[in-house]
Amino acid sequence: MAETRPTFGIECFYRFIGEGKLMAAKCNKCGEILLPPRPICNKCYSKDLNWVELKGRGKLLTYTIIHVAPKQFETLAPYAVGIVKLDDGPQLLGMIRGVELDKLKVGMNLTIDFEKASSTPATQWPTWPRYYFKQ
Amino acid sequence: MQDGSVIMAGKPLVSIVSAGLSKFGRRDNVYARELFVEAVSEVFERCPNLDPKKDVKALFVGHMGEGYEHQGHTGPTLADWAGLLPCASVRTESACASSGVALRLGVMSVLSGLYDIVMVGGTEKMTHRTTAEATEYLAMASDYPFEQWNGITFPGLYALIATAHMNRYGTTERQLAQVAVKNHKHGALNPKAQIQKEITLEQALSSRVIAWPLKLLDCSLITDGASCAILTKPELAKKFTDTPVHILGLGQASDAIGLYEREELTSLKAAKLAAKQAYEMAGVKPEDIDLAEVHDCFTIAEILAYEDLGFCKPGEGGKLAEEGVTTLGGRLPVNSSGGLKSKGHPVGATGVAQAYEIFLQLTGQAEKRQVDGAECGLAHNVGGSGATATVHIFRRG
Repeated sequence: MAETRPTFGIECFYRFIGEGKLMAAKCNKCGEILLPPRPICNKCYSKDLNWVELKGRGKLLTYTIIHVAPKQFETLAPYAVGIVKLDDGPQLLGMIRGVELDKLKVGMNLTIDFEKASSTPATQWPTWPRYYFKQ
Repeated sequence: MQDGSVIMAGKPLVSIVSAGLSKFGRRDNVYARELFVEAVSEVFERCPNLDPKKDVKALFVGHMGEGYEHQGHTGPTLADWAGLLPCASVRTESACASSGVALRLGVMSVLSGLYDIVMVGGTEKMTHRTTAEATEYLAMASDYPFEQWNGITFPGLYALIATAHMNRYGTTERQLAQVAVKNHKHGALNPKAQIQKEITLEQALSSRVIAWPLKLLDCSLITDGASCAILTKPELAKKFTDTPVHILGLGQASDAIGLYEREELTSLKAAKLAAKQAYEMAGVKPEDIDLAEVHDCFTIAEILAYEDLGFCKPGEGGKLAEEGVTTLGGRLPVNSSGGLKSKGHPVGATGVAQAYEIFLQLTGQAEKRQVDGAECGLAHNVGGSGATATVHIFRRG
Protein backbone atom coordinates (compact mmCIF):
# COMPACT_ATOMS: atom_id res chain seq x y z
CA MET A 1 0.00 0.00 0.00
CA ALA A 2 1.29 3.44 -0.88
CA GLU A 3 2.34 5.56 2.05
CA THR A 4 -0.23 8.23 2.84
CA ARG A 5 1.14 11.72 2.42
CA PRO A 6 1.26 13.41 5.81
CA THR A 7 -1.46 15.97 6.29
CA PHE A 8 -0.34 19.54 6.70
CA GLY A 9 -2.06 20.48 9.91
CA ILE A 10 -2.14 20.66 13.67
CA GLU A 11 -2.09 16.93 14.42
CA CYS A 12 1.08 16.35 12.38
CA PHE A 13 2.71 19.47 13.80
CA TYR A 14 2.34 18.13 17.32
CA ARG A 15 3.36 14.59 16.29
CA PHE A 16 6.65 16.11 15.10
CA ILE A 17 6.92 18.09 18.37
CA GLY A 18 6.68 14.73 20.14
CA GLU A 19 9.67 13.62 18.07
CA GLY A 20 11.62 16.73 19.07
CA LYS A 21 11.24 18.55 15.76
CA LEU A 22 9.74 21.95 14.95
CA MET A 23 8.25 21.40 11.51
CA ALA A 24 6.44 23.87 9.27
CA ALA A 25 4.89 23.66 5.81
CA LYS A 26 6.74 25.51 3.08
CA CYS A 27 4.74 26.62 0.06
CA ASN A 28 6.58 25.57 -3.09
CA LYS A 29 4.79 28.21 -5.13
CA CYS A 30 5.27 31.42 -3.13
CA GLY A 31 7.89 30.33 -0.62
CA GLU A 32 5.80 31.20 2.45
CA ILE A 33 6.59 29.21 5.59
CA LEU A 34 3.30 28.22 7.20
CA LEU A 35 3.48 27.87 10.98
CA PRO A 36 1.14 26.40 12.07
CA PRO A 37 1.19 24.19 8.99
CA ARG A 38 -2.10 24.19 7.12
CA PRO A 39 -3.53 22.30 4.14
CA ILE A 40 -3.60 25.29 1.76
CA CYS A 41 -1.23 28.26 1.63
CA ASN A 42 -3.19 31.23 2.95
CA LYS A 43 -1.00 33.63 0.96
CA CYS A 44 -1.34 32.14 -2.55
CA TYR A 45 -3.85 29.22 -2.15
CA SER A 46 -1.38 26.64 -3.41
CA LYS A 47 -1.62 23.06 -2.16
CA ASP A 48 1.93 22.34 -3.30
CA LEU A 49 3.59 22.21 0.13
CA ASN A 50 6.67 20.63 1.71
CA TRP A 51 7.57 19.88 5.30
CA VAL A 52 10.62 21.83 6.44
CA GLU A 53 12.37 21.58 9.79
CA LEU A 54 12.94 24.94 11.46
CA LYS A 55 15.95 25.68 13.65
CA GLY A 56 13.68 27.12 16.30
CA ARG A 57 16.01 29.94 17.34
CA GLY A 58 14.86 33.51 17.55
CA LYS A 59 14.33 36.70 19.49
CA LEU A 60 11.75 37.39 22.19
CA LEU A 61 9.24 39.92 20.84
CA THR A 62 7.16 40.27 24.00
CA TYR A 63 6.36 38.34 27.18
CA THR A 64 4.10 38.18 30.20
CA ILE A 65 4.33 36.52 33.58
CA ILE A 66 1.21 34.56 34.35
CA HIS A 67 0.30 34.73 38.03
CA VAL A 68 -3.33 33.60 37.77
CA ALA A 69 -3.14 30.41 35.74
CA PRO A 70 -5.68 27.97 34.35
CA LYS A 71 -6.14 24.91 36.56
CA GLN A 72 -3.83 22.66 34.53
CA PHE A 73 -0.95 25.15 34.88
CA GLU A 74 -1.56 26.30 38.48
CA THR A 75 1.42 24.45 39.93
CA LEU A 76 3.77 26.22 37.51
CA ALA A 77 2.64 29.79 38.34
CA PRO A 78 4.16 32.31 38.20
CA TYR A 79 5.55 31.37 34.80
CA ALA A 80 6.54 33.25 31.66
CA VAL A 81 4.94 33.05 28.22
CA GLY A 82 6.30 34.90 25.22
CA ILE A 83 6.09 35.35 21.48
CA VAL A 84 9.32 34.54 19.66
CA LYS A 85 10.23 35.79 16.20
CA LEU A 86 12.08 32.82 14.75
CA ASP A 87 15.14 33.35 12.55
CA ASP A 88 13.32 30.98 10.17
CA GLY A 89 10.65 33.64 9.63
CA PRO A 90 7.44 32.81 11.50
CA GLN A 91 6.47 33.74 15.05
CA LEU A 92 5.47 31.29 17.74
CA LEU A 93 4.00 31.58 21.23
CA GLY A 94 5.35 29.40 24.01
CA MET A 95 6.23 29.09 27.65
CA ILE A 96 9.72 30.24 28.57
CA ARG A 97 11.50 27.97 31.03
CA GLY A 98 14.81 28.03 32.81
CA VAL A 99 15.16 31.83 32.72
CA GLU A 100 14.78 33.74 35.98
CA LEU A 101 11.66 35.86 35.63
CA ASP A 102 13.47 39.12 36.36
CA LYS A 103 16.11 38.30 33.74
CA LEU A 104 13.58 38.22 30.89
CA LYS A 105 14.10 40.94 28.32
CA VAL A 106 12.45 41.81 25.03
CA GLY A 107 14.98 41.06 22.29
CA MET A 108 16.78 38.25 24.13
CA ASN A 109 17.74 35.12 22.18
CA LEU A 110 15.69 32.00 22.85
CA THR A 111 15.68 28.46 21.45
CA ILE A 112 12.90 25.93 21.26
CA ASP A 113 13.11 22.77 23.33
CA PHE A 114 10.80 19.81 23.72
CA GLU A 115 9.31 18.06 26.68
CA LYS A 116 10.30 14.46 27.05
CA ALA A 117 6.93 13.53 28.53
CA SER A 118 3.79 15.58 29.03
CA SER A 119 3.99 17.40 32.35
CA THR A 120 0.27 17.93 32.58
CA PRO A 121 -2.38 15.31 33.19
CA ALA A 122 -4.38 14.27 30.15
CA THR A 123 -7.65 15.68 31.40
CA GLN A 124 -8.33 17.73 28.31
CA TRP A 125 -9.11 17.00 24.73
CA PRO A 126 -6.97 16.84 22.78
CA THR A 127 -3.63 16.22 24.43
CA TRP A 128 -0.50 17.01 22.50
CA PRO A 129 3.21 16.90 23.36
CA ARG A 130 4.64 20.24 24.44
CA TYR A 131 7.40 22.54 23.33
CA TYR A 132 8.79 25.53 25.18
CA PHE A 133 11.52 28.14 24.84
CA LYS A 134 14.79 28.29 26.77
CA GLN A 135 17.83 30.51 26.69
CA MET B 1 -15.10 52.57 -4.87
CA GLN B 2 -14.60 50.67 -1.65
CA ASP B 3 -17.32 49.33 0.64
CA GLY B 4 -19.86 51.71 -0.90
CA SER B 5 -18.27 54.59 1.00
CA VAL B 6 -18.46 57.07 -1.85
CA ILE B 7 -22.20 56.79 -2.38
CA MET B 8 -22.94 56.76 1.33
CA ALA B 9 -20.63 59.48 2.68
CA GLY B 10 -22.38 61.31 5.49
CA LYS B 11 -25.85 59.97 4.78
CA PRO B 12 -27.86 58.44 7.65
CA LEU B 13 -27.93 54.73 6.86
CA VAL B 14 -30.17 53.47 9.61
CA SER B 15 -31.69 55.07 12.71
CA ILE B 16 -31.79 53.90 16.29
CA VAL B 17 -35.21 54.85 17.66
CA SER B 18 -34.99 53.16 21.03
CA ALA B 19 -32.45 51.42 23.25
CA GLY B 20 -32.46 49.53 26.52
CA LEU B 21 -30.02 48.11 29.02
CA SER B 22 -30.47 45.83 32.00
CA LYS B 23 -28.76 46.72 35.25
CA PHE B 24 -25.20 45.37 34.94
CA GLY B 25 -23.57 43.46 37.77
CA ARG B 26 -23.92 40.28 39.73
CA ARG B 27 -27.52 39.29 39.08
CA ASP B 28 -28.37 36.21 41.12
CA ASN B 29 -31.22 33.87 40.29
CA VAL B 30 -31.97 35.25 36.85
CA TYR B 31 -31.06 33.79 33.48
CA ALA B 32 -29.61 35.42 30.36
CA ARG B 33 -33.02 35.48 28.70
CA GLU B 34 -34.57 37.27 31.69
CA LEU B 35 -31.83 39.88 31.64
CA PHE B 36 -32.59 40.37 27.96
CA VAL B 37 -36.28 40.88 28.73
CA GLU B 38 -35.24 43.61 31.19
CA ALA B 39 -33.41 45.46 28.40
CA VAL B 40 -36.28 44.84 25.98
CA SER B 41 -38.82 46.34 28.42
CA GLU B 42 -36.86 49.58 28.49
CA VAL B 43 -36.83 49.58 24.68
CA PHE B 44 -40.61 49.21 24.55
CA GLU B 45 -41.20 51.84 27.25
CA ARG B 46 -39.07 54.36 25.38
CA CYS B 47 -40.95 53.67 22.16
CA PRO B 48 -44.74 53.52 22.78
CA ASN B 49 -45.56 53.80 19.07
CA LEU B 50 -43.81 50.53 18.35
CA ASP B 51 -46.05 47.49 18.02
CA PRO B 52 -43.41 44.82 18.62
CA LYS B 53 -45.28 41.80 17.29
CA LYS B 54 -46.30 43.62 14.14
CA ASP B 55 -43.31 45.87 13.54
CA VAL B 56 -40.18 43.92 14.54
CA LYS B 57 -39.30 41.57 11.71
CA ALA B 58 -35.98 40.17 12.86
CA LEU B 59 -33.77 39.81 15.93
CA PHE B 60 -29.95 39.76 15.83
CA VAL B 61 -28.56 38.95 19.23
CA GLY B 62 -25.01 38.57 20.50
CA HIS B 63 -24.20 35.77 22.93
CA MET B 64 -20.78 34.25 23.41
CA GLY B 65 -20.96 31.15 25.56
CA GLU B 66 -23.37 28.23 25.59
CA GLY B 67 -21.27 26.92 28.48
CA TYR B 68 -22.45 29.46 31.03
CA GLU B 69 -26.06 28.22 31.11
CA HIS B 70 -25.82 25.05 29.05
CA GLN B 71 -27.99 26.86 26.52
CA GLY B 72 -27.45 27.21 22.82
CA HIS B 73 -29.90 28.24 20.09
CA THR B 74 -30.16 31.65 21.70
CA GLY B 75 -31.82 33.46 18.76
CA PRO B 76 -35.30 31.94 18.98
CA THR B 77 -35.08 31.60 22.78
CA LEU B 78 -34.68 35.35 23.12
CA ALA B 79 -37.19 36.13 20.36
CA ASP B 80 -39.71 34.07 22.32
CA TRP B 81 -38.98 35.69 25.68
CA ALA B 82 -39.03 39.16 24.09
CA GLY B 83 -42.50 38.37 22.72
CA LEU B 84 -41.37 38.61 19.11
CA LEU B 85 -42.29 35.18 17.73
CA PRO B 86 -42.41 34.28 14.90
CA CYS B 87 -39.90 36.87 13.69
CA ALA B 88 -36.60 35.71 12.17
CA SER B 89 -33.89 35.42 14.80
CA VAL B 90 -30.22 34.58 14.97
CA ARG B 91 -27.51 34.57 17.58
CA THR B 92 -24.15 36.02 16.59
CA GLU B 93 -20.92 34.82 18.17
CA SER B 94 -17.74 36.84 17.70
CA ALA B 95 -16.39 36.53 21.24
CA CYS B 96 -16.55 39.91 23.01
CA ALA B 97 -17.64 41.57 19.76
CA SER B 98 -20.72 39.35 19.45
CA SER B 99 -23.23 42.17 19.67
CA GLY B 100 -21.10 44.70 17.78
CA VAL B 101 -21.55 42.20 14.98
CA ALA B 102 -25.27 41.79 15.80
CA LEU B 103 -25.67 45.56 15.48
CA ARG B 104 -23.85 45.49 12.17
CA LEU B 105 -26.01 42.67 10.82
CA GLY B 106 -29.11 44.55 11.91
CA VAL B 107 -27.94 47.65 10.07
CA MET B 108 -27.16 45.59 6.99
CA SER B 109 -30.55 43.89 7.04
CA VAL B 110 -32.37 47.23 7.08
CA LEU B 111 -30.01 48.74 4.49
CA SER B 112 -30.66 45.76 2.22
CA GLY B 113 -34.33 46.67 2.16
CA LEU B 114 -35.35 43.27 3.48
CA TYR B 115 -36.69 44.65 6.79
CA ASP B 116 -38.03 48.04 7.86
CA ILE B 117 -37.59 47.45 11.58
CA VAL B 118 -35.33 45.05 13.47
CA MET B 119 -34.17 44.50 17.03
CA VAL B 120 -30.49 44.04 17.91
CA GLY B 121 -29.04 43.19 21.28
CA GLY B 122 -26.99 40.86 23.37
CA THR B 123 -26.98 39.03 26.68
CA GLU B 124 -24.64 37.06 28.90
CA LYS B 125 -25.00 35.52 32.36
CA MET B 126 -21.55 34.86 33.80
CA THR B 127 -21.28 35.43 37.55
CA HIS B 128 -22.91 32.18 38.68
CA ARG B 129 -19.77 30.45 37.42
CA THR B 130 -16.51 30.47 39.38
CA THR B 131 -13.91 32.99 38.22
CA ALA B 132 -11.81 30.05 36.97
CA GLU B 133 -14.68 28.75 34.84
CA ALA B 134 -15.61 32.19 33.50
CA THR B 135 -11.97 32.85 32.64
CA GLU B 136 -11.72 29.52 30.87
CA TYR B 137 -14.80 30.29 28.75
CA LEU B 138 -13.37 33.72 27.88
CA ALA B 139 -10.08 32.12 26.86
CA MET B 140 -11.99 30.23 24.16
CA ALA B 141 -11.83 33.49 22.20
CA SER B 142 -8.13 32.74 21.69
CA ASP B 143 -6.41 30.01 19.68
CA TYR B 144 -6.66 26.64 21.47
CA PRO B 145 -3.82 24.57 19.99
CA PHE B 146 -1.16 27.28 19.89
CA GLU B 147 -2.16 29.72 22.64
CA GLN B 148 -4.30 28.13 25.35
CA TRP B 149 -2.39 24.85 25.12
CA ASN B 150 0.86 26.71 25.84
CA GLY B 151 -0.33 28.25 29.07
CA ILE B 152 -1.42 31.70 27.98
CA THR B 153 -4.54 33.17 29.57
CA PHE B 154 -6.86 35.82 28.16
CA PRO B 155 -5.41 38.59 30.36
CA GLY B 156 -2.03 37.15 29.36
CA LEU B 157 -2.64 37.94 25.69
CA TYR B 158 -3.34 41.59 26.46
CA ALA B 159 -0.33 41.54 28.79
CA LEU B 160 1.79 40.49 25.78
CA ILE B 161 0.40 43.50 23.91
CA ALA B 162 1.09 45.74 26.92
CA THR B 163 4.72 44.60 27.22
CA ALA B 164 5.25 45.20 23.50
CA HIS B 165 3.65 48.66 23.73
CA MET B 166 5.65 49.62 26.82
CA ASN B 167 8.85 48.40 25.23
CA ARG B 168 8.28 50.19 21.92
CA TYR B 169 6.76 53.46 23.10
CA GLY B 170 7.63 53.77 26.77
CA THR B 171 4.01 53.44 27.90
CA THR B 172 3.95 53.04 31.67
CA GLU B 173 2.00 50.94 34.17
CA ARG B 174 0.94 54.26 35.68
CA GLN B 175 -0.65 55.32 32.38
CA LEU B 176 -2.51 52.01 32.23
CA ALA B 177 -3.74 52.59 35.78
CA GLN B 178 -4.94 56.04 34.76
CA VAL B 179 -7.36 54.46 32.30
CA ALA B 180 -8.81 52.36 35.13
CA VAL B 181 -9.12 55.38 37.43
CA LYS B 182 -10.90 57.37 34.70
CA ASN B 183 -13.36 54.62 33.83
CA HIS B 184 -14.26 54.03 37.48
CA LYS B 185 -14.78 57.77 37.86
CA HIS B 186 -17.24 57.62 34.97
CA GLY B 187 -18.87 54.40 36.17
CA ALA B 188 -19.54 56.01 39.54
CA LEU B 189 -21.96 58.31 37.67
CA ASN B 190 -23.79 55.46 35.91
CA PRO B 191 -26.65 53.92 37.90
CA LYS B 192 -26.52 50.79 35.73
CA ALA B 193 -22.80 50.20 36.19
CA GLN B 194 -21.58 47.11 38.04
CA ILE B 195 -19.09 49.05 40.19
CA GLN B 196 -20.21 52.59 40.96
CA LYS B 197 -17.13 53.46 42.94
CA GLU B 198 -14.06 55.51 42.21
CA ILE B 199 -10.61 54.02 42.67
CA THR B 200 -7.26 55.71 43.25
CA LEU B 201 -4.13 55.43 41.18
CA GLU B 202 -2.38 53.82 44.15
CA GLN B 203 -5.10 51.17 44.47
CA ALA B 204 -4.83 50.36 40.77
CA LEU B 205 -1.04 50.16 40.86
CA SER B 206 -0.93 48.04 44.00
CA SER B 207 -3.67 45.57 43.04
CA ARG B 208 -2.47 42.00 42.67
CA VAL B 209 -0.75 40.93 39.49
CA ILE B 210 -2.88 38.77 37.17
CA ALA B 211 -0.58 38.58 34.14
CA TRP B 212 2.32 41.00 34.45
CA PRO B 213 2.28 43.87 33.59
CA LEU B 214 -1.51 43.72 34.02
CA LYS B 215 -2.97 43.82 37.50
CA LEU B 216 -6.46 43.08 38.80
CA LEU B 217 -7.57 46.69 38.32
CA ASP B 218 -6.35 46.69 34.71
CA CYS B 219 -8.94 44.00 33.95
CA SER B 220 -12.60 44.46 33.06
CA LEU B 221 -15.28 42.70 35.07
CA ILE B 222 -17.18 39.42 34.92
CA THR B 223 -20.73 40.63 34.56
CA ASP B 224 -24.36 39.65 34.04
CA GLY B 225 -26.24 41.94 31.70
CA ALA B 226 -28.14 42.52 28.49
CA SER B 227 -28.57 45.25 25.89
CA CYS B 228 -31.07 46.00 23.17
CA ALA B 229 -31.93 48.56 20.45
CA ILE B 230 -34.45 49.09 17.68
CA LEU B 231 -33.21 49.97 14.20
CA THR B 232 -35.25 51.34 11.35
CA LYS B 233 -34.93 53.26 8.10
CA PRO B 234 -34.17 56.96 8.63
CA GLU B 235 -37.38 57.94 6.83
CA LEU B 236 -39.46 55.94 9.34
CA ALA B 237 -37.61 57.11 12.44
CA LYS B 238 -39.81 60.13 13.26
CA LYS B 239 -42.81 57.82 13.51
CA PHE B 240 -41.27 56.42 16.68
CA THR B 241 -39.28 59.24 18.23
CA ASP B 242 -38.51 62.95 17.89
CA THR B 243 -34.89 62.25 18.78
CA PRO B 244 -33.48 59.38 16.71
CA VAL B 245 -29.78 58.64 16.51
CA HIS B 246 -28.51 57.91 13.02
CA ILE B 247 -25.78 55.45 12.14
CA LEU B 248 -23.61 57.10 9.47
CA GLY B 249 -20.87 54.57 9.04
CA LEU B 250 -19.83 51.07 10.01
CA GLY B 251 -16.80 48.88 9.61
CA GLN B 252 -15.67 45.40 10.45
CA ALA B 253 -12.49 43.44 9.83
CA SER B 254 -10.87 40.18 10.88
CA ASP B 255 -7.35 39.19 11.80
CA ALA B 256 -5.59 35.92 12.68
CA ILE B 257 -7.08 34.46 15.86
CA GLY B 258 -3.57 33.86 17.19
CA LEU B 259 -1.88 37.00 18.48
CA TYR B 260 1.47 35.37 17.69
CA GLU B 261 0.65 35.37 13.96
CA ARG B 262 0.24 39.15 13.75
CA GLU B 263 2.90 41.36 12.20
CA GLU B 264 2.09 44.16 14.60
CA LEU B 265 1.72 43.61 18.36
CA THR B 266 1.25 47.23 19.40
CA SER B 267 -1.99 47.89 17.49
CA LEU B 268 -5.02 45.93 16.33
CA LYS B 269 -5.04 45.88 12.55
CA ALA B 270 -8.68 44.76 12.38
CA ALA B 271 -9.71 47.77 14.49
CA LYS B 272 -7.72 50.17 12.31
CA LEU B 273 -9.35 48.76 9.17
CA ALA B 274 -12.84 48.81 10.69
CA ALA B 275 -12.31 52.44 11.74
CA LYS B 276 -11.10 53.41 8.28
CA GLN B 277 -14.20 51.89 6.68
CA ALA B 278 -16.53 53.56 9.16
CA TYR B 279 -14.91 57.01 8.91
CA GLU B 280 -14.99 56.91 5.10
CA MET B 281 -18.59 55.76 5.00
CA ALA B 282 -19.65 58.40 7.53
CA GLY B 283 -17.61 61.15 5.89
CA VAL B 284 -16.16 62.14 9.26
CA LYS B 285 -12.67 62.32 10.71
CA PRO B 286 -11.38 61.35 14.16
CA GLU B 287 -11.40 65.04 15.17
CA ASP B 288 -15.17 65.20 14.46
CA ILE B 289 -15.93 62.64 17.18
CA ASP B 290 -17.40 64.18 20.36
CA LEU B 291 -17.37 61.03 22.46
CA ALA B 292 -16.56 57.35 22.10
CA GLU B 293 -17.25 54.05 23.78
CA VAL B 294 -14.22 51.82 23.24
CA HIS B 295 -13.45 48.22 24.11
CA ASP B 296 -11.46 48.51 27.35
CA CYS B 297 -11.43 44.80 28.23
CA PHE B 298 -8.02 45.64 29.70
CA THR B 299 -6.59 49.12 30.24
CA ILE B 300 -4.00 48.60 27.50
CA ALA B 301 -6.85 47.89 25.06
CA GLU B 302 -8.24 51.41 25.61
CA ILE B 303 -4.81 52.92 24.90
CA LEU B 304 -4.61 50.88 21.70
CA ALA B 305 -8.13 52.04 20.80
CA TYR B 306 -7.11 55.73 21.03
CA GLU B 307 -4.31 55.04 18.56
CA ASP B 308 -6.18 52.66 16.25
CA LEU B 309 -9.13 55.08 16.00
CA GLY B 310 -6.83 58.01 15.17
CA PHE B 311 -7.54 59.96 18.38
CA CYS B 312 -3.76 60.32 18.71
CA LYS B 313 -0.62 59.11 16.98
CA PRO B 314 0.68 55.57 17.53
CA GLY B 315 2.48 55.46 20.85
CA GLU B 316 0.77 58.50 22.32
CA GLY B 317 -2.27 56.73 23.81
CA GLY B 318 -0.78 56.56 27.29
CA LYS B 319 -0.17 60.30 27.27
CA LEU B 320 -3.75 60.96 26.12
CA ALA B 321 -5.08 59.10 29.17
CA GLU B 322 -2.61 60.85 31.46
CA GLU B 323 -3.56 64.33 30.26
CA GLY B 324 -7.25 63.83 30.98
CA VAL B 325 -8.30 64.41 27.37
CA THR B 326 -10.57 61.36 27.51
CA THR B 327 -12.05 62.06 30.95
CA LEU B 328 -15.54 63.60 31.19
CA GLY B 329 -14.98 67.32 30.84
CA GLY B 330 -12.00 66.69 28.53
CA ARG B 331 -11.91 67.30 24.79
CA LEU B 332 -12.91 63.75 23.84
CA PRO B 333 -14.59 61.78 26.64
CA VAL B 334 -14.09 58.04 26.21
CA ASN B 335 -16.20 55.45 27.99
CA SER B 336 -18.51 57.89 29.74
CA SER B 337 -20.54 54.81 30.75
CA GLY B 338 -17.63 53.50 32.80
CA GLY B 339 -16.65 51.14 30.00
CA LEU B 340 -16.12 47.42 30.36
CA LYS B 341 -13.88 48.26 33.31
CA SER B 342 -16.51 49.75 35.60
CA LYS B 343 -19.91 49.42 33.91
CA GLY B 344 -19.06 45.77 33.32
CA HIS B 345 -18.52 43.33 30.46
CA PRO B 346 -21.27 40.75 29.91
CA VAL B 347 -19.44 39.76 26.76
CA GLY B 348 -22.33 39.10 24.37
CA ALA B 349 -24.11 42.30 25.46
CA THR B 350 -21.18 44.70 25.25
CA GLY B 351 -21.34 45.91 21.63
CA VAL B 352 -24.96 47.05 21.82
CA ALA B 353 -24.41 48.32 25.38
CA GLN B 354 -21.85 50.72 23.88
CA ALA B 355 -24.44 51.84 21.31
CA TYR B 356 -26.91 52.33 24.20
CA GLU B 357 -24.54 54.78 25.91
CA ILE B 358 -24.02 56.69 22.65
CA PHE B 359 -27.82 56.76 22.17
CA LEU B 360 -28.32 58.25 25.65
CA GLN B 361 -25.54 60.79 25.13
CA LEU B 362 -26.70 61.96 21.70
CA THR B 363 -30.30 62.28 22.91
CA GLY B 364 -29.29 64.21 26.04
CA GLN B 365 -30.36 61.48 28.48
CA ALA B 366 -27.04 60.59 30.11
CA GLU B 367 -27.81 62.61 33.26
CA LYS B 368 -24.77 63.14 35.51
CA ARG B 369 -22.36 61.97 32.83
CA GLN B 370 -23.91 63.93 29.94
CA VAL B 371 -21.42 65.31 27.42
CA ASP B 372 -22.93 68.69 26.58
CA GLY B 373 -23.63 69.34 22.94
CA ALA B 374 -22.50 65.91 21.77
CA GLU B 375 -23.38 65.47 18.09
CA CYS B 376 -21.19 62.65 16.85
CA GLY B 377 -20.27 59.43 18.66
CA LEU B 378 -18.26 56.31 17.94
CA ALA B 379 -18.43 52.75 19.26
CA HIS B 380 -15.47 50.33 19.00
CA ASN B 381 -16.02 46.67 19.89
CA VAL B 382 -13.26 44.05 19.81
CA GLY B 383 -13.45 40.26 19.89
CA GLY B 384 -10.69 38.13 21.42
CA SER B 385 -7.22 39.63 21.22
CA GLY B 386 -8.29 41.56 18.12
CA ALA B 387 -9.33 38.92 15.58
CA THR B 388 -12.68 40.73 15.26
CA ALA B 389 -13.32 44.46 15.42
CA THR B 390 -16.39 46.51 14.63
CA VAL B 391 -16.71 50.30 14.55
CA HIS B 392 -19.95 52.27 14.27
CA ILE B 393 -20.30 56.04 13.90
CA PHE B 394 -23.46 57.78 15.14
CA ARG B 395 -24.93 61.25 14.75
CA ARG B 396 -27.75 62.99 16.59
CA GLY B 397 -30.85 62.99 14.37
